[in-house]
Amino acid sequence: MGKLLAIVLVLIAVLSAYPIVAHMFVLPEDISTHGHAIDDQLHETMLEAGLSFVGAQIVLAVFVWGFADRKKGSQLKNFPGGAKVAVIAAFVLVGTEVLALGVLGQEAWAEVYFTPAKPNAIQVQVQAEQFAYYFRYAGPDGKFGAIHPDKIDEGNQNYFGLDPANEVEARDDIVSGELVVPVNREVQLLMHAKDVGHSFYVRELRLQQDFVPGLDLSVHFTATKTGKYEIVCTQLCGLGHYNMKAYLNVMSEEDYEKWLKEQAAQ
Amino acid sequence: MQEGSVQEAHVHAPPGGFLRKYVFSLDHKVIGKQYYALALVAVFTGMILSWLMRIHMVWPNAKIPLLELFSKNGAPGGVMTPEYYLSLLTMHGTLMVFFVLTNAPFAAFGNYFLPIQIGAEDMAFPRFNMMSFWTTFVAWVVLMLAFFIPDGPPIAGWTEYAPLSAVGKDAGPGMQWGASLWGISIAIFCVASLLGALNFIATTLDLRAKGMTLMRMPLCTWAWFITSCIALLAFAVLFPACILLILDRHAGTSFFIPGGLVISDRLQPHSGGSPLLWQHLFWFFGHPEVYIAILPSMGIVSHILVNSMRKPLLSARVVIYSMMSIGFLSYMVWGHHMFVSGMNPMSSLAFSFPTLTITIPATVLTLIWLGSLYGSNLQINSASLFALGFISMFVAGGVSGFFLAQPSIDIYLHATYFVVGHFHLVMGVASLFGVFAGTYFWFPKMTGRMMSEPLGKLHFWITFVGAYCIFMPFHYLGLIGNVRRYQSFVDDFMAPYIGWHKFVTIAALITGAGQLVFLYNLIYSRFKGRPAPENPWNATSLEWSIPSPPPWNNFGGKHPIVYHDPYQYGVKGSKGDFVMQDSPEHVVAASGD
Repeated sequence: MGKLLAIVLVLIAVLSAYPIVAHMFVLPEDISTHGHAIDDQLHETMLEAGLSFVGAQIVLAVFVWGFADRKKGSQLKNFPGGAKVAVIAAFVLVGTEVLALGVLGQEAWAEVYFTPAKPNAIQVQVQAEQFAYYFRYAGPDGKFGAIHPDKIDEGNQNYFGLDPANEVEARDDIVSGELVVPVNREVQLLMHAKDVGHSFYVRELRLQQDFVPGLDLSVHFTATKTGKYEIVCTQLCGLGHYNMKAYLNVMSEEDYEKWLKEQAAQ
Repeated sequence: MQEGSVQEAHVHAPPGGFLRKYVFSLDHKVIGKQYYALALVAVFTGMILSWLMRIHMVWPNAKIPLLELFSKNGAPGGVMTPEYYLSLLTMHGTLMVFFVLTNAPFAAFGNYFLPIQIGAEDMAFPRFNMMSFWTTFVAWVVLMLAFFIPDGPPIAGWTEYAPLSAVGKDAGPGMQWGASLWGISIAIFCVASLLGALNFIATTLDLRAKGMTLMRMPLCTWAWFITSCIALLAFAVLFPACILLILDRHAGTSFFIPGGLVISDRLQPHSGGSPLLWQHLFWFFGHPEVYIAILPSMGIVSHILVNSMRKPLLSARVVIYSMMSIGFLSYMVWGHHMFVSGMNPMSSLAFSFPTLTITIPATVLTLIWLGSLYGSNLQINSASLFALGFISMFVAGGVSGFFLAQPSIDIYLHATYFVVGHFHLVMGVASLFGVFAGTYFWFPKMTGRMMSEPLGKLHFWITFVGAYCIFMPFHYLGLIGNVRRYQSFVDDFMAPYIGWHKFVTIAALITGAGQLVFLYNLIYSRFKGRPAPENPWNATSLEWSIPSPPPWNNFGGKHPIVYHDPYQYGVKGSKGDFVMQDSPEHVVAASGD
């Protein structure tokens, strides 16, 4: 039965690698300026992890094939070099390679988290709630009205709890259920949650960030291709979690300006 | 290295009466079996829950008539509601992580074999030991109660992230009493695990037989010892976390709830808490928990492999040090669950490197196992098949850790099926393979009867191939951005991939049904199996020097004396190619070695 196990192990290694090698599952198109760094990192890691996986399964198969169910009294042998070889191989091959990957991978991380948003970035405030996203633009005055949780009134579409009666800044704020951004312009999202934890995940943007109640977080990105992309929640937020989504609409600069004007007129 | 005097202090009288013998037993062997039985009930419950979820996910309108009888609100007309899916998901995770992966490889086998392997008559504190099990049992009962209250089980997942888990009924169905039961159950479970861990540590340090130095302990005893050290620190953090959660829910405190939250149109009467605090406390436990699940299986597999290979490992010492390093590093990596949680991005880097570093001891272990196979006389049986399967699964589940340890890649893969595939393979399937290997190996000792080998092998093939069919596709689906914890796929972009999910569901149904072969084998062999000799595998450690099953006081009142390292295989012994640990004979290397 050892030989059968060896064959199955090789089959598993080959069949598991096939969908990756044959590109049956490709990442969605990257529409961000930082995404290529994540993709490169992912592909390099895939190569290393894939080789380790296939290599280890095949070595296991070869040894099982060679040494299982041998004749009684067959000579025992020791692996040349013994444990020392195993330890050195682990440190040199895997250790250094994996750590090197880790170091190289910080580039993408740094671009998202350690580079501040440009001063001319468009600021959009995002509120996540059970089970929707609302996006707020500052309007012509460039200032957001303050948020008053006690004034939140979904029935009257006051999702953010604004107080336009008393505050000038709040009067021209634009609130939308869709995240509309111009192409090739940096956008800074100012994120907060109204009720429980949520997340902002756009596959094509290679961007995922949790909303944490009580914390104001911000991420920034630049979309490089016009189109409509799905924003989904990836932090379990209650019974409608699977249905919590919105759209990212990347427009040309002109269309974006037009959209802003239309919204302001409403 | 303590001797008779300390040992004798722990001798208790032979059990009398049904209750003392089988229910409130002080005998570590009975307690071990009780843990095993509880884990068995929990694993089949958890498995059926996963079946229900998988069926609902790919055939959302499928009617499951029995489910309506079980929960009218959860499945009106036999069709599961989205929130009931989340309830089952929460219960599946909680049952599997706590009551299966912590209980079976660690508490069950550890209780049964740790004292015997070090030559002790019982655990250091037999009454504590009994309390550990029965406290665990109460925790299980409290958790299962959630199924039978009108509210239903909680819907916040086994991680119970705050504030969803902390605000009570406003958070949704199951979050009023279901979530409270969850918190109480896990708090009780923590107490039980703390008692158990203390007992394991005290027993290992104090009750070793004469000659049983630390380095002469079998590798599984080492693994259980290291695991109990991890458990002691990990559960000690989860316990207060659960208490704080219960206080937030019922005493009006705000440890995990910030101010200004409007949930279900109600401004919450809380302020000043931090949801990230829960995540830190939970994962400070949660990541070591992964190693609580896998380390015992590493030890069990090493123990069984050596026996099946008929030769020692390349180095038992290196295996011990690797397991220790994994245990040590397991405390510095919890933040890799929180890369996109909003914690300081600098901490993500700090957590990334220890996570990547764990690859080194894990690779050392794998290479030691592989290298030891070279030149061996590998005997294939159900136990060794599962041990070899463990190596395969451990590698398969381990390499995906390369991705998730890197914050930049985690931005894309976090909360996708890639993560689900990763932890199911490495923490779930791999540790269960250790449990299966241990069961086939030790069943003769525990019951005095052999298990059926043909059935055992059939069980292996179904489980081995099945587990790959279930969990490999998860990785691929994760790569295209398939998000986890969704009850159905409303996204258009998922449409071309539904076929893969159907394939996984069918594989899960078959693999799960294959576990009935195991259950049948357990029950059949328990009563009708071939009687087992004292040492059916020609093994060397102390558990094989006593009758099968062992008498109530293990060594029949004698005190074994240990003369050798645990794995004297491939030598010229009086009984064959091995010398037992308690045999005074001189070890002569086999010719040509």
